Amino acid sequence: MAYEIKVNGINHSIDVDGDTPLLWVLRDTLGMTGTKFGCGIAACGACTVHVDGVATRSCVTSIDSVGGSAVTTIEGLSSDRSNKVQQAWIAEDVPQCGYCQSGMIMAAAALLAKTPKPTDAEIDEAMTNICRCGTYNRVRTAIHRAAVL
Amino acid sequence: MTRTPQSGLSRRHVLEIGAAAAGGLMIGVILPPMRGRAANGGASMLTAWVRIAPDDTVTIMIPSAEMGQGITTSLPMLVAEELEVDWRNIGVEFAPANPAYANPIVKMQVTGGSTSIRAFFVPLRQAGAAAREMLRQAAAAKWGVRPAECNAVNGRIVHASGKSEGYGALADAAAQLTVPTSVELKPRSAWRILGKSTARLDTPPKVDGSARFGLDVRLPDMLVGTIAACPVFGGKLKAVDEKPALAVKGVKAVIKLADAVAVLGDGYWPAKKGLMALAPQWDEGDNARLDSEHISAVLQDGFGTDGAVAETHGDAPAALGRSAKIVEAIYTLPFLAHATMEPMNATAKISADRCEIWAPTQAQGPAQQVVAKILGLKPEQVEIHTTYLGGGFGRKFELDCILQAVMVAKQAGKPVKLIWAREEDIQHDFYRPVSTARLRAGLDAAGKVTAWDFKIVAPSILTRVFPAWMKDGVDPTSVEGAVESPYAPADRRIEYVLKDVGVPVGFWRSVGNSITSFYVEGFIDELAHAAGQEPYAFRRSLLAEKPRHRAVLNRAAEMANWTMPPASGHFRGIALHESFGSIVAEVVEISIAREGLRVHRVDCAVDCGLAINPDTIVAQMEGGIVYGLTAALYGEITIKGGRVEQANFDSYRMLQLAQTPKIAVSILEGDDKPGGIGEPGTPPIGPALANAIFAATGKRLRSLPVVRNGIDVA
Repeated sequence: MAYEIKVNGINHSIDVDGDTPLLWVLRDTLGMTGTKFGCGIAACGACTVHVDGVATRSCVTSIDSVGGSAVTTIEGLSSDRSNKVQQAWIAEDVPQCGYCQSGMIMAAAALLAKTPKPTDAEIDEAMTNICRCGTYNRVRTAIHRAAVL
Repeated sequence: MTRTPQSGLSRRHVLEIGAAAAGGLMIGVILPPMRGRAANGGASMLTAWVRIAPDDTVTIMIPSAEMGQGITTSLPMLVAEELEVDWRNIGVEFAPANPAYANPIVKMQVTGGSTSIRAFFVPLRQAGAAAREMLRQAAAAKWGVRPAECNAVNGRIVHASGKSEGYGALADAAAQLTVPTSVELKPRSAWRILGKSTARLDTPPKVDGSARFGLDVRLPDMLVGTIAACPVFGGKLKAVDEKPALAVKGVKAVIKLADAVAVLGDGYWPAKKGLMALAPQWDEGDNARLDSEHISAVLQDGFGTDGAVAETHGDAPAALGRSAKIVEAIYTLPFLAHATMEPMNATAKISADRCEIWAPTQAQGPAQQVVAKILGLKPEQVEIHTTYLGGGFGRKFELDCILQAVMVAKQAGKPVKLIWAREEDIQHDFYRPVSTARLRAGLDAAGKVTAWDFKIVAPSILTRVFPAWMKDGVDPTSVEGAVESPYAPADRRIEYVLKDVGVPVGFWRSVGNSITSFYVEGFIDELAHAAGQEPYAFRRSLLAEKPRHRAVLNRAAEMANWTMPPASGHFRGIALHESFGSIVAEVVEISIAREGLRVHRVDCAVDCGLAINPDTIVAQMEGGIVYGLTAALYGEITIKGGRVEQANFDSYRMLQLAQTPKIAVSILEGDDKPGGIGEPGTPPIGPALANAIFAATGKRLRSLPVVRNGIDVA
């Protein structure tokens, strides 16, 4: 059946099964490939987007649960990498392979929206995304940098 | 892009080192000329490596895979240094599969063995210098002056009279010229770019979601598929009823391969639902009863077998016989999966006389050859488009997923993007091999190492991948890092026993070094203890004749304040390992409390010879440490009923940010040529951690992971 969803401020009508994860609607139906597939079980966070501002693992978020919520993806964070998290990421040269970074950045942006000056312990708790390249310490440094931008 | 070289390929590989001149080095050019214009924009190719557009932008062809190691920045730095170009005008493009782009060390277009910088250090500086000379000649001809009166300055050719022209305006004429047969490379003292930390060119597209990985490829009329191979290694598909999958909305086809079944749909989710709906019948074959206990027993049997000699010097048995004390220990390590963040995937589009592949691959050259062979095409009819790799670590050297995509697309008659589920990725890897070693060494009355005699038993990677690289029955990748140890006594012997255990094995970041470092550095720590010596001082004495190694060890110890006691309840371990032309020492500081082990800090010193992009070296040490620490703490693939027991990140655990220690890195430059950097950070961390655990508990870990040794991780 058809679902109406709002992604980065734009409304879309999507005709897929209701159990289809938001991740695959974004990637395969809407062609927005910045959000990544890593595990399919909400363990790695590569698929993190914002649903009404809350960091959400889109690989286990079915389209029929999204309703009229506002979905924001990495493509919608800014049009020109001007978001302070993106700026901090560039300044610290955080990414290596880069595959997990969309999810990392979305998780960090959600953390900073709620907790503008997070402590290390708050970063530890919020940032549970997996990065196999081991960029974790730069992620931490970049979040602290973004907090003062 | 679709250009192919026009000529000159057969003349490459001739490397002549000529006379030094003017402080620089005259060196024979080994670059194939690659002439002509790109179809769009009128840009011109100057050699196979450099393309200059009328707007002065310079595109550098990247022969290697970018899997996080920063090669799309480091290689252009080599070119730009000689080309005298504004760094802000540099762009990159992944080269097509073509013999012109073969890695000169490996002689294939592959990325591995931490070789990219070492292999291209000379050729890409030559490419920049050759293009610069061609631009000078073009300007001189245009102005009717001598080339010697023209200088290349920041993207322009400037004449002594003051007139100048940008590279973009000269590129077309320059591209018509013959590539010079020798060029002068700058002396190191004149470098402006090399050796200075340079921001990565691939960071901007990696913070806005625009970097295109294999998983992101989209073609018109493309189907998306996912696949299940027989869960038992070596098993075959017997039969499958396709109907339950075809009943799923969006599923377009079910494709049967000899050992797998794939479902194709108009997106991954329908394909995945379709695949889950199937109940394939498998012929599980010979491995149906294989399990980890049996594999351990097979390896243990190896100790009773005479092996092939991997290294021998002096008379180890005699020297051991004269020793005051013999220390002996058996070490064991498990299979490990790679678990790249981007699951295995490939996209294939096939027509009667052509095949195009889009893939995150470390092996463009072999992929082109093998795909051509199975489709009955010539290699030049197979085009490989390399995407960014969401992690590689050796896994994406393998062609398995690419070949599946080709076979599935051929049957489907449409372009297919094939994506593995994470479970498929963990359960159908080419694993870091299991391995076991019996280590025996002698000490004299003063606690000096008299001799050692090691036997390493393991399955072989090279018998499958590169049989020609086997040496007299020894797989060098099973013993590398144990042979030619900087600690080795004059009387030494290392034997290797090859045991095939029925589980596919392959290259995993640092390959044999992730294994042998644990053996050698754990055992050295045991020897220090047996000799009644402090572990750092003991190592220093063994490295008396190895100044580079000693300097690296000393630096790491200084960074960690080794000679001062750590905070109360904290303990340290140290390890050093040389691999891929670089030497790395790491000191780990831990504590073990009620909630478990915590790794607080890692101090890392690296001598990678000449440092090209220092911040990338720091990043690769940080990353190599996290990769090795993850494996040391949690990593283990086990087998039951011929199947891998782990499936996803819930059962194959990963280090997260909260557990990541502080990491400090210090770079020493002990040589005038670059060493490898993608892998050498990984080997020392496991043994340094185990040695810290010994310091904390008195318990010697002779196997990993830590969590299987009765120690919880906080």
